[in-house]
Amino acid sequence: MTSDFHQALAQHRPYLLRVARLQLRDAALAEDVVQDTLAAALAGSSGFTGKSSVKTWLTGILKHKIVDAIRRKQREPVAASTLDEEADLEDFEGLFKDNGAWQAPPADWGDPEQALSRSQFMEILELCLDKLPTNTARVFVMREVMELTTEEICKELAITANNLWVILYRARMSLRECLELNWFAGGARG
Amino acid sequence: MPSLLHRALGHLVSCKDTSRLVSRMQDGPLTGWQHARMRWHLAVCGMCRSFEQQMRVLREAVRRYRD
Repeated sequence: MTSDFHQALAQHRPYLLRVARLQLRDAALAEDVVQDTLAAALAGSSGFTGKSSVKTWLTGILKHKIVDAIRRKQREPVAASTLDEEADLEDFEGLFKDNGAWQAPPADWGDPEQALSRSQFMEILELCLDKLPTNTARVFVMREVMELTTEEICKELAITANNLWVILYRARMSLRECLELNWFAGGARG
Repeated sequence: MPSLLHRALGHLVSCKDTSRLVSRMQDGPLTGWQHARMRWHLAVCGMCRSFEQQMRVLREAVRRYRD
């Protein structure tokens, strides 16, 4: 084991922590999982073929460690009843008029590059992610941060594709509203 | 400029339904019929086009945040 390789791994630690925190919502547990991931990566460094980037390889290990941690934490992967509750669409009725038209039309966000390149925008995005209900956030992170497919998530959480799409829709609607209120409509943009 | 028929079709689909299809499309292919309804509506509705753009920005934002 070269120390170079060790360093290459450690360099990805902040990224791994960000993903684990978003997914687990438990800073201490996230630390543990990332520690496990890096230890497993070091022990199994021969398994790194160089075909994918170190980061992709580490993400793959992290994914398994997170799933293990969730399983240990709660015997069932995610309580189906809670997920069903979070898949309830009632909350969104207020966003649309009776005829299905927007109550408050989505704004034109202009040139997104301007927002995306600012660290302040990323802080607001983080706040908005934190505001999501726990299981909704977990599902959203599996899809958008870990980039699992619909099929993989349904299998992992034992939910129907339909429920999954509703939860993802809910997450995206909340996030767009939160970003619109706190960034695009506020003074922060200029 | 969408044709008269096209515009009529677009108004048959609601913003609410379109927003769900736009989100759904990010998670896998739509059926031909779903895709057609979504496109008809987007052709005549600027608000939903803004929403579609917002969904793309959101996805990109989360990936940049991650990386």
